[in-house]
Amino acid sequence: MDFNYSEEQQMLADTVGRFVDKDYDFETRRNLSRSAAGFSEDNWKLFGELGLLALNVPEEFGGMGGGAVETLIVMEAFGRGLVVEPYLPTAVVVAGLIAHAGSTAQKEKLLGAIANGSRRFALAALEPQGRFDLWNVETKAVSSDKGFVLNGRKSVVSGGGSAASFIVSARTAGISTDQQGISLFLVDAGAIGVTVKDFPTIDGLRAAEVMFDNVTVTADALIGVLDGGYPILDAAIDCGIAALCAEAVGAMSKLIEITAEYLRTRKQFGKPIGSFQALQHRAADMLIALEQSRSAALMAAAKLDAVDATERRAAVSAAKTIIGHAGRSIGQAAIQLHGGMGMTDELAVGYYAKRLVSIDLTWGNSEHHVERYASTFS
Amino acid sequence: MYLRENPEEIAFRTEVRNFVQCELPTDIRDRVLNFLRVEREDYVRWQRILHAKSWGAPAWPQAYGGTGWNATWRTIFEEECFTGGAPRQIPFGLSMCAPVLMAFGTDAQKARYLPRIISMADWWCQGYSEPGAGSDLAALKTRAERRGDYYVVSGQKTWTTYAHWANMMFLLARTDSEAKPQAGISFLLLDMKTPGVTVRPITTLDQGHDINEVFLDEVKVPVENLVGEENKGWAIAKYLLGHERTNIAGIGMCRRLMRRLKEIARSEQKRGRPLIEDPYFRQRITKLDMDLMCHEWSLMRLISLESGNKAIGPEASVLKIRGSEIQQHLTELLMECAGPYAVPFVPAALELDSTAATAGGKLLNPLAAQYFDMHKISIYGGANEIQKNIIAKAIIGL
Ligand SMILES: Cc1cc2nc3c(=O)[nH]c(=O)nc-3n(C[C@H](O)[C@H](O)[C@H](O)COP(=O)(O)OP(=O)(O)OC[C@H]3O[C@@H](n4cnc5c(N)ncnc54)[C@H](O)[C@@H]3O)c2cc1C
Repeated sequence: MDFNYSEEQQMLADTVGRFVDKDYDFETRRNLSRSAAGFSEDNWKLFGELGLLALNVPEEFGGMGGGAVETLIVMEAFGRGLVVEPYLPTAVVVAGLIAHAGSTAQKEKLLGAIANGSRRFALAALEPQGRFDLWNVETKAVSSDKGFVLNGRKSVVSGGGSAASFIVSARTAGISTDQQGISLFLVDAGAIGVTVKDFPTIDGLRAAEVMFDNVTVTADALIGVLDGGYPILDAAIDCGIAALCAEAVGAMSKLIEITAEYLRTRKQFGKPIGSFQALQHRAADMLIALEQSRSAALMAAAKLDAVDATERRAAVSAAKTIIGHAGRSIGQAAIQLHGGMGMTDELAVGYYAKRLVSIDLTWGNSEHHVERYASTFS
Repeated sequence: MYLRENPEEIAFRTEVRNFVQCELPTDIRDRVLNFLRVEREDYVRWQRILHAKSWGAPAWPQAYGGTGWNATWRTIFEEECFTGGAPRQIPFGLSMCAPVLMAFGTDAQKARYLPRIISMADWWCQGYSEPGAGSDLAALKTRAERRGDYYVVSGQKTWTTYAHWANMMFLLARTDSEAKPQAGISFLLLDMKTPGVTVRPITTLDQGHDINEVFLDEVKVPVENLVGEENKGWAIAKYLLGHERTNIAGIGMCRRLMRRLKEIARSEQKRGRPLIEDPYFRQRITKLDMDLMCHEWSLMRLISLESGNKAIGPEASVLKIRGSEIQQHLTELLMECAGPYAVPFVPAALELDSTAATAGGKLLNPLAAQYFDMHKISIYGGANEIQKNIIAKAIIGL
């Protein structure tokens, strides 16, 4: 094992780090979050120019062919800046999913569009009745002479409001809780019968409810094999979770820096509050939780391409659980140590805490992943 | 020891429960129990209903129009009001300013303000904290300079809850800048409509507006609005903080949140079954329920000492810390009930009669915001770190 970045990886870290430090202060982020789109198209273009959107696209399809470590580097930097652009669904989850399971024709058509920034995607997988269970799918795809007809509703689709196309999990066989019988389809957001309702989220991002009402897609919209979509989805979302873990690590480390700075400068009883040992210990606890989280995020990234899917699942669920807990306690401590200031919407502190909680509640909270981990051993 | 509610207490509990059920306007109850925004008028309406029943001031002596109830009855009352969905009784007049006036005020002050507090003709706010004086309250800088029949007050208060709804403020100001920090402070009553008072909103993590900055620029306060003696305000401030702590066990709020948690966990589904039946989730609720039961017994144990007019001492800090932690855990589990739907949040849907669409329904929409808002209770009224300092020093003797 070598935990040092290669020269290229270091360059990537420097590039993204510079962008976040220079062009992504909290005020900028706030304004983007409040804008109609909720993020900046210019930034999206920039991500394209910097090659960030091509990171998970194989070289033969115009990408960089990067791996989990490169994604981790980018996401950690984005976490530090609380970046609002919907990078993860398109450039990590969907790019990975198509590269892994798409047909050659699909790869040629879609991956290039991801890499050059011309098309955004979102993964429409969860449903209202299913909570965090990806296999709980009631959206139906019935085959017709033209291809398939989709009906159903997908919930909390991250980046759904700005996506040009969705990858939708739909039931083609079995009952609503079978892992078998789920298929994946590419559906254009503009297709007749698709309704997208975009909602703000507690952390200043967006998530959409997406309704499919007799939406017709052609047969070549199917991704992977019929009825065999679940393992593909599971693997793609694990990549997404590993990326979220890295984002959380970035958010935690920045939040600890912000809090440490406050402890150094805020004075009560004639001295910096950072001189009180009770607060020093609390800050030390935050750092310990961060260190655990950093290890967890690396562990998850390392296991993404494990041959044995069970090994991957265990590592990802462990990381997600540890980081979920760590994010909560670091977020709460940061607010607490800021006193009244921590409660205001003006400061970044609350938004880091909110992002960390939202990450915990995305693609399975800690409880869900404890359960999922527990199912990996006998 | 008699470790059981006596028959009078049981009857009283039923009486309060029935009263809340019949008299609390249902629109208010719905807003309160569903974590929607409660309006100024809601608080006033409920206070007046209680007042009409002679229950307006549970902690006041009868001589001033209070109920004269002992601490056990007050706790029963608080629990039943909260679980029944009543808004809290706003404490700034009732439990903060009033006890101070009773103990330190002139007859004229008592006659003028106490009836207006109980009927909520006045809405009071608390002007203690300043940008540079939070935990270290004695560092406050707001000055009050005597000029003839007035004090001229200048400075800045902050975090002032409901200053935008208040017409009166009690505040601490420095009347002697030469003296030691604690020695030169006075306790003043300020009409918020006086020229020179500017209130600016502070938006909090839940996108709500309860707290404010208050700027005081050469504000004239008549000398008859001094409470107690000039430069002796610190003793009053400390007296008041003792009163503030006792309510902060938050037992009523704990009970309400626990009830809502169980209700929502019953109505939300996991894998086609009520969430409350899920072993993982059920265990978390159970653990918290146990903590809450013990917390309640700690409260009862402590308040039983108080009867006979012995005020609760530093032990109140234990209650404050446990109460805040339990309430925070309760809102955390409430948020978790919503699953993925905890994340989308439409603030507009919290407003009165809003028809704004939400992602996961009106019930789940406020839960994450509620969780973040609850972070405040380990900060205000003496932050938990300060409470622990008190425990270490005043109880353990370190
Ligand atoms: C929602 C809300 C409503 C409020 N309403 C009112 C109101 O109506 N009127 C009013 O006057 N005030 C109000 N306050 C202010 C509240 O009382 C203060 O926020 C509180 O006293 C803490 O002060 P501070 O915010 O300046 O934090 P600080 O005192 O700066 O504290 C920052 C951190 O340092 C810790 N700390 C400070 N000193 C020590 C020490 N010696 N040892 C260990 N740790 C220490 C604190 O515990 C905290 O974690 C309100 C606050 C909030 C959040």
